[in-house]
Amino acid sequence: MRPDDRKYLDSHEWAKLEGDLIVVGITDFAVEELSNGNEGDLVYCDLPDIGRMVEQGETFGEIESVKAVSDLNAPVAGEIVEINSEIEEHLEVLSEDPWKKGWLIKIKPTDKSLDHLLDASAYEEHIAH
Amino acid sequence: MTEANLKQTNLHDVHVAAGAKMVPFGGWSMPVQYASILDEARCVRERTGLFDLGHMGRLEVKGKDAVSFLDRMVTSFVGKIPQSAIRYGLVCREDGNPLDDLLLYKTGPEDVFVVANASNKDNVLAWLRQHAGDAEVTIEDVSDELAMLALQGPKSQAALQPLVKDLDLSEVGYYKFAFGTVAGIDNVRISRTGYTGEDGFEIYFPDEHAVRVWNELLEAGKDQGLAPIGLGARDTLRLEAGMPLYGHEIDLDHNPIEAGLHFGISFKEEKGDWMGRDALARVKESPTRQLVGIKTDGKRVPRQGYKLFHGDEEVGEVCSGAVSPTVGMNIGSAYVPVALAQPGQTIDMDLRGKRQECTVCELPFYSRTRK
Repeated sequence: MRPDDRKYLDSHEWAKLEGDLIVVGITDFAVEELSNGNEGDLVYCDLPDIGRMVEQGETFGEIESVKAVSDLNAPVAGEIVEINSEIEEHLEVLSEDPWKKGWLIKIKPTDKSLDHLLDASAYEEHIAH
Repeated sequence: MTEANLKQTNLHDVHVAAGAKMVPFGGWSMPVQYASILDEARCVRERTGLFDLGHMGRLEVKGKDAVSFLDRMVTSFVGKIPQSAIRYGLVCREDGNPLDDLLLYKTGPEDVFVVANASNKDNVLAWLRQHAGDAEVTIEDVSDELAMLALQGPKSQAALQPLVKDLDLSEVGYYKFAFGTVAGIDNVRISRTGYTGEDGFEIYFPDEHAVRVWNELLEAGKDQGLAPIGLGARDTLRLEAGMPLYGHEIDLDHNPIEAGLHFGISFKEEKGDWMGRDALARVKESPTRQLVGIKTDGKRVPRQGYKLFHGDEEVGEVCSGAVSPTVGMNIGSAYVPVALAQPGQTIDMDLRGKRQECTVCELPFYSRTRK
């Protein structure tokens, strides 16, 4: 079971409320799909500039593996106030700890509600199909 | 196409059991990788790798007019292929654009064995039959009857020879084939061909033996480091070796002259007229663009469809790209105007508004005979 302290997008991002901010990352499933278990297969992660405004569902960045490029989608609307720039140089962190150290961005949301996203069990259900 | 509609080779379950990630390719469910794509590519460059090519289209063209008919339909000079030799060629439309690229095996005075791409096989078969006219020729699809495996890499001969009786593989020259007993199966066609830029072999035998031969090969080749290799590494290897992939470097909008495939096109008088000859002769006189290699120090990998810019002007498009463990950079192939095709020319790859500089270089990126 994936952590139930956060919500999920069907495009494999997670979103977690921490104080006034929404922390966003990608799931272990997304990392596995991209890298097929070989962390060296991840080649690039493009994160947005701090201060950028995003809409819910908008692409805020890209992650690239040897074989494919995937969009990173914003779970909520708001302003990007922090990015985990260390990730861009150390993609292996995503394989090691996608849930905590592998966070990508923090959004100051216009609305803190995550009710429109999948809970952990619904996400499990989603990736089982 | 959903997973359920995809065709499977006899080795499908063996791939899945080996941990392969399966992907749709040309209507087939095929292994894209068993482990890391980069490690698999290195395995072939340094040792030897085993590929399931059961998805490839295999046709037998036979009859009194087989050779002259093919000379009318393909770009290479079939009449000049020596017995037991192989040539590369393309089937083009009248406009010079290819329906597919092929390997042509001269199996007899009136017999040619043709290997086509999985996704194009039905089109090629229909096209050839449609144009046979009065020619005394039969064109048979033998794809489902034959397994096709490749061993590629410098240790391929050492890995394969222990399983081959009554044939010394060192006597099979490059782009030649011979028959031998492989794992107890008589008359297995063994050609010194491949799609990786390495020495190696492609073998053809009745499909029902596929699993046993695959397993026996992996066992026999263990000491040489033989490992199964997926389509991901195969694509990297062929791109490094400057070999075209239909749907990327060549298709109905990209002709073989501008793709640099002159070695597979014969304008000799003795070949006679052939489908696409006039159109390709005109392109040869005045090409407008050229297929080149591009390499980049940047982190982004060139991908099919990325636009290329010279200053503010859009000048071309990426055909294929890969992280190249052999070159040690990200590489790609692309069409650019002839004026920008000189090695050393810099152009920018556009990634949704962000630019990454690339340098034009000659194809191939890698040649085992020209290190």
